[in-house]
Amino acid sequence: MNLRGIHAIYRYEMNRSFRTLIQSLVSPVLSTILYFIVFGAAIGSRMDNISEVSYGAFIVPGLIMLTVQMQSVNNASFGIYFPKFIGTTYELLSAPLSFVEIVIGYVGAATTKAFSIGLIILSTSYLFVDLEIKYPFFMICFLFITCMTFSLLGFIIGIVSDNFEQLNIVPMLIITPLVFLGGSFYTIDMLPAFWQNFALLNPIVYLISGFRWSFFGVGDVPILTSVIFMLIFTSICISIIWYIFKTGYKIKN
Amino acid sequence: MSEIINVKNLVKKYDNNFTAVKNLSLKINQGEIIALLGPNGAGKTTLISTICGLSSITSGSIKVNGLDVINDYRKTRDLIGLVPQELALEPFEKVINSINFSRRLFGKKDDNEYIEKLLSKLQLFDKKNNIIKSLSGGMKRRVMIAKALSHEPQILFLDEPTAGVDVELRKDMWNIIKELKNEGVTIILTTHYIEEAEMIADRIGIINHGELLLVEEKNELIRRMSVKILNIKLKKTLKRIPQKLKKYNLKIIDNGQSLNYFYNIGNEKTGITSLLSDMNEIGINLFDIQTQETSLEDIFVKIIKD
Repeated sequence: MNLRGIHAIYRYEMNRSFRTLIQSLVSPVLSTILYFIVFGAAIGSRMDNISEVSYGAFIVPGLIMLTVQMQSVNNASFGIYFPKFIGTTYELLSAPLSFVEIVIGYVGAATTKAFSIGLIILSTSYLFVDLEIKYPFFMICFLFITCMTFSLLGFIIGIVSDNFEQLNIVPMLIITPLVFLGGSFYTIDMLPAFWQNFALLNPIVYLISGFRWSFFGVGDVPILTSVIFMLIFTSICISIIWYIFKTGYKIKN
Repeated sequence: MSEIINVKNLVKKYDNNFTAVKNLSLKINQGEIIALLGPNGAGKTTLISTICGLSSITSGSIKVNGLDVINDYRKTRDLIGLVPQELALEPFEKVINSINFSRRLFGKKDDNEYIEKLLSKLQLFDKKNNIIKSLSGGMKRRVMIAKALSHEPQILFLDEPTAGVDVELRKDMWNIIKELKNEGVTIILTTHYIEEAEMIADRIGIINHGELLLVEEKNELIRRMSVKILNIKLKKTLKRIPQKLKKYNLKIIDNGQSLNYFYNIGNEKTGITSLLSDMNEIGINLFDIQTQETSLEDIFVKIIKD
């Protein structure tokens, strides 16, 4: 395995984030803090507890998920799309790197960035709400796998996109609505019966529910369902990437 | 010279059914400079792309140093450096970081001494901490070469390395290429500039419509294909070629004031002596004589047209 090659991609991507620290770190953290202030402190103080958890604390897992999912997708998609855009993918393709190694480099960096942002937001949330994490180990694992899976998804988006508009279509028009409607700010049982069934078609519901379970021991769906769903989602992303590299789709001429 | 690249019956067909390379076979020797000439869309870049791993192969095989470029891609790519046609560089990165990145991709440890030597050779040393965006086009071209050489390859592909650069820089590039050859690097370059091939290549390959029309040692090609013209200025106007001179490849020009005699320098006998002797015999007096030689460009145009 070309470990130095993987490390080169990883390091290069991480350095790019450090060069644009305000965009990469400050911006997503600030946005989430604003959510805490508005929904947690201002509106949340007038709302009833949900499953014996204050509303301010209840939205923490959802807000973390909202941010890390978007960040994972954006970082990974931009990470691979930018070399495509400026034409430097020739370097990757002509280097002694396997496709798996290229994916590890880019997805690893995007995962690290999103995971770090998730942890920073979690730490920041303690400034605004009282929070106890019931299953911290599970929470860390779930956060990490979510970051990795959405980074894989972002990588796919970056590969298949032909321009910046396409690069933003999936995150803006598909992922953002699904995350907002996936129970970040409410539980599914707060919805009317019809919409509850409809909401269960949203894959993000299972991820937010699983992550929230790790905080409070309760979720919209059983934790096993969330875990199975997460594994299916990860497998689908890996399979698509495997297909892309096997066929050279949008990578090789 | 031992063979370092062997392309055998290569076919590259794109999804839209366009065949860019048609059953092409080519052997490249270690340490030589081979120039691939051909018009736009001839298949030169596609050929390079398949050897370097940027393009998949439809059929045929490519071996580098005896190893298959698909099955042994790690070993073969390790031997190859590629400078593509376009100036493809991360604009916001420092020169030195970009070059080190390229080296690391090949699994090589950082080697500051080698990279600094390389930068000096390419006159980039004082620019090493500059942001790539701030460099001129010529300097960016040098950075591309430095990146391609960063992992110490034995083979260097240069896809139109001097396209769009000024004459001075082009000559600098030729010197760099010659220097690399002296260090034992095998160089394959594609170019539109016939002069470039004439100046630096050991062998010339001509590609058109995805087919390799010929590949030959440069001097031999020029010797074999070049036609010389003996321009004979006459003292008296000549209206038609006399019967005795019809066996020669002659053409009356300048309203009969001159004759052009076409001959091949590759032939053992040029026929000049007997022509002049025959002219003297039938009383045609000469005023002046001069010769012209066809260039590689003329040869290239002739081969492409044929």
